[in-house]
Amino acid sequence: MEESHGGDKARSRLCCICNQRRPALRRPKTLQQICRECFYVVFEEEIHRVIVDNKLFKSGERIAIGASGGKDSTVLAYVMSELNRRHNYGLDLFLLSVDEGITGYRDDSLETVKRNEVQYGLPLKVVSYKDLYGWTMDEIVKMIGLKNNCTFCGVFRRQALDRGAALLKVDKLATGHNADDIAETVLLNILRGDIARLSRCTSIITGEDGPIPRCKPFKYTYEKEIVMYAYFKKLDYFSTECIYSPNAYRGFAREFIKDLERIRPRAILDIIKSGEDFRIATSTKMPEQGTCQRCGYISSQKWCKACVLLEGLNRGLPKLGIGRTRGINGDRQKDDQQIGVKNLQSKACESLDF
Amino acid sequence: MQLTLEFGGGLELLCDSVKIHNVDVDLPAETQKLTMKHLLPWVRSNLIKERPEMFIKGDTVRPGVLVLVNDCDWELSGQLDTTLEDKDVVVFISTLHGG
Repeated sequence: MEESHGGDKARSRLCCICNQRRPALRRPKTLQQICRECFYVVFEEEIHRVIVDNKLFKSGERIAIGASGGKDSTVLAYVMSELNRRHNYGLDLFLLSVDEGITGYRDDSLETVKRNEVQYGLPLKVVSYKDLYGWTMDEIVKMIGLKNNCTFCGVFRRQALDRGAALLKVDKLATGHNADDIAETVLLNILRGDIARLSRCTSIITGEDGPIPRCKPFKYTYEKEIVMYAYFKKLDYFSTECIYSPNAYRGFAREFIKDLERIRPRAILDIIKSGEDFRIATSTKMPEQGTCQRCGYISSQKWCKACVLLEGLNRGLPKLGIGRTRGINGDRQKDDQQIGVKNLQSKACESLDF
Repeated sequence: MQLTLEFGGGLELLCDSVKIHNVDVDLPAETQKLTMKHLLPWVRSNLIKERPEMFIKGDTVRPGVLVLVNDCDWELSGQLDTTLEDKDVVVFISTLHGG
């Protein structure tokens, strides 16, 4: 049998939603074959439902979108500004980017964010490690080498986003973490025995007791659909891997999730569900949240991790705060091990910090 | 057979940072029919210059690489069994690079 030409190699000929047009993709969530137009509708409306059902935003709020120039944050900025208009959320949206100071990587991706600023008409704020901490990642890597550099970057980024959000005077920070990222983080936290992070990594809103809560409108959105959406809509995003990131441990978890998805796409949502439903034994001691005595940032130790790392850099002892060396918080180390809070040494890239 | 192959989402870095390749692929002698099963090893040996494991795993694309044939998800056309025709456009996009 001769197959006719152009986009109709699909075995079933019509979209199972509109029954009119040719399908363009198979949804991983439902295995439905749907056309491009119906895909845009269900993709956007599902995110709208997640936002409404979980009360992620309130009318009149100022919201920062953590923008890296990558696929997830680019699609998030696009969809959020669409939904804000379409459904009258009444939100003031901003783009917030962190410049880690990585030549050949972040400088290029920031160019993408600057284009997004114009394309979506959202004001952009960039905060840099150099301004906040006095060090660029290039300088940090020059000093400490390519081991543990992701620890510095991850700890600094988390705080940089909070500081940027404070400068913008926003009420909340929305990040582009997708369902695949969250499933991956559930697995990683199990593998690390990190019960505190396991219990909060599936929350759609975190830090509500802190100054700037964070939320994840893409919690249930598959990476495949985000990439398909960006491709069909021809959204402008940047896709180069960080030049300093070995990403080994997280990489394995990521590959495992992708292998599972191929066999049974629902597995991603099921892992998230499993993460949500974990019951933490009441006998498990959780680290107590306090504030850093040096900078006032949220911390379970005397000094927050960023201050410890920064002190090490400035004193020329970059191993401070890494591994099992006794330092500023040394007196707490024993307690930490008892309650199962691991040091950061074995962690690969922390760019998906929760 | 004339085909247009496009690499995105970071996969272009594996082929000298060139995103769009207009190529001429010979039909396999035994069947005279070109399928994705034939095309993938051809791409690997003719276009991929480094880290082929980012593109191929086993006999198919690495999980996390999306494939579209004429802008249609290849999961709808039989994946490796998708038959290609002259002037078809095949797009490979990695989902594995940063968010």
